[in-house]
Amino acid sequence: MQKRVAILLCLFVFISTAFLQAQTNQNFDLFAESNANLSPDITTATFKTTRIVNGQSIENVGAGVLDFRILHRFGPLSQGGYNFFGLDQATMRIGLDYGINSRLMIGIGRSTFEKQYDAFVKYRIIRQQSGERNIPFSMSYAGTAIYKSLKDATTNYTPYASDKFSFAHQVLLASKISDYLSVQVTPTLLHYNIVDNATIPNDFYSLGTGLRLRLSKRVNLITEYYHRFNKLTGYDDPLTMGLDIETGGHVFQLNVTNSTGMTERTFINETTGSWSKGDLRFGFTISRVFIVSRPKEFRNNNY
Amino acid sequence: MNKILLFASLFLVSFSVNAQKIYATKNGQIVFNATGGIEKIVAVNNQVDSKFVDATGQIIFGVLIKGFKFENQLMEDHFNENYMESTQFPKADFKGYIKNIKEVDLTKDGNYNINLEGTLTIHGTGQKVATTGVLQVQQGKTAITGEFSVKIKDYGIKGLYIGEKIASEAKIKVNCKYQN
Repeated sequence: MQKRVAILLCLFVFISTAFLQAQTNQNFDLFAESNANLSPDITTATFKTTRIVNGQSIENVGAGVLDFRILHRFGPLSQGGYNFFGLDQATMRIGLDYGINSRLMIGIGRSTFEKQYDAFVKYRIIRQQSGERNIPFSMSYAGTAIYKSLKDATTNYTPYASDKFSFAHQVLLASKISDYLSVQVTPTLLHYNIVDNATIPNDFYSLGTGLRLRLSKRVNLITEYYHRFNKLTGYDDPLTMGLDIETGGHVFQLNVTNSTGMTERTFINETTGSWSKGDLRFGFTISRVFIVSRPKEFRNNNY
Repeated sequence: MNKILLFASLFLVSFSVNAQKIYATKNGQIVFNATGGIEKIVAVNNQVDSKFVDATGQIIFGVLIKGFKFENQLMEDHFNENYMESTQFPKADFKGYIKNIKEVDLTKDGNYNINLEGTLTIHGTGQKVATTGVLQVQQGKTAITGEFSVKIKDYGIKGLYIGEKIASEAKIKVNCKYQN
């Protein structure tokens, strides 16, 4: 009896040892393991730069990065040969954008058109990602304040300084569908502190759309269109097409647009040109980035 | 008698379980340098997943390509979009063996030179790689450091600036401190 128990025990031990060993060996085959290092995979480069063309895109500049950008628009093609199809004229905006952290960026700018100053904040609320969580779109908020310093015609009252301000609030919703295609919709509220007369509302609603189509690794076709729900009479919806061309340290953009201004108020609500009449302007944007504050990985180390 | 057998077998079981040990880390570091011109092209990844087994010398390193941080965000975007195509090939890994693991005494402090051989997969392309490194044991803590270079074109990575602004060979530095 005792012998039998001993043999049984031996057998059991032998089997269990063999089993355990087999199991541990199996566990120890590192190559078979799928190293599940799945931290969230945040979608990047939905658009190539922080503006689609005139309007804000879902992208931010990186934390600690200063982006110096020059937007330049020629005159309308429809002016004909005397004005060299618009190339004799120019309007521009120079601006500085800065990334405070990976979600928040701010920027200031000055436009020659109507001598405007503008300042904006843009904050990433939701970022498109896969991995741990699957979120198929990104959402940001952009708020812009615009100050028009152009001297107005004399009025029979003294205007307040605040009368020269207008504001834009935008919710940016974008999705990078593939490396080849991104879309964005931008519900926009524009507020004028003062309008010409009491029949004109102070608030205007519009919906922007943006599209990026990859033509090659370095060239993307982009379009931008804003549909206005309530309109200032005498103005057109802005439609812009462009090419984003990446050249190492900067992004260069060529575009054709019917709007003159490059601030939210002027290009969304006060676009004078019409595509059908050929009031198109060539334009380009140059952006160059500078590193102001190095990312934390690089702060104490010089690799 | 039975009790002795039982304890003996239990002891054996536990021994056989402990015979192999996995050293692992989830925050190893890989730095690469592909500077070809004036502009510094350096990126660091502090989330390297690595494991090795003391008995067999089996070793793996794994990284997410998007985990590489550049000083310049734009450069990081271009790295992911134009060169590494990281939505298509999100990971890079090395699977191989420490050939001379038997010469390493993981219980004794010291710096041991190790020879590594295996397959390095970047951009979905695997290449056989043999390199050397140092395994350091210090007060029970284990770390592996190593440095090697890879020819970028060997991994099917294409781009305008490779061989100009971007060096045709990237230097890769590995530094992993393992938890026991």
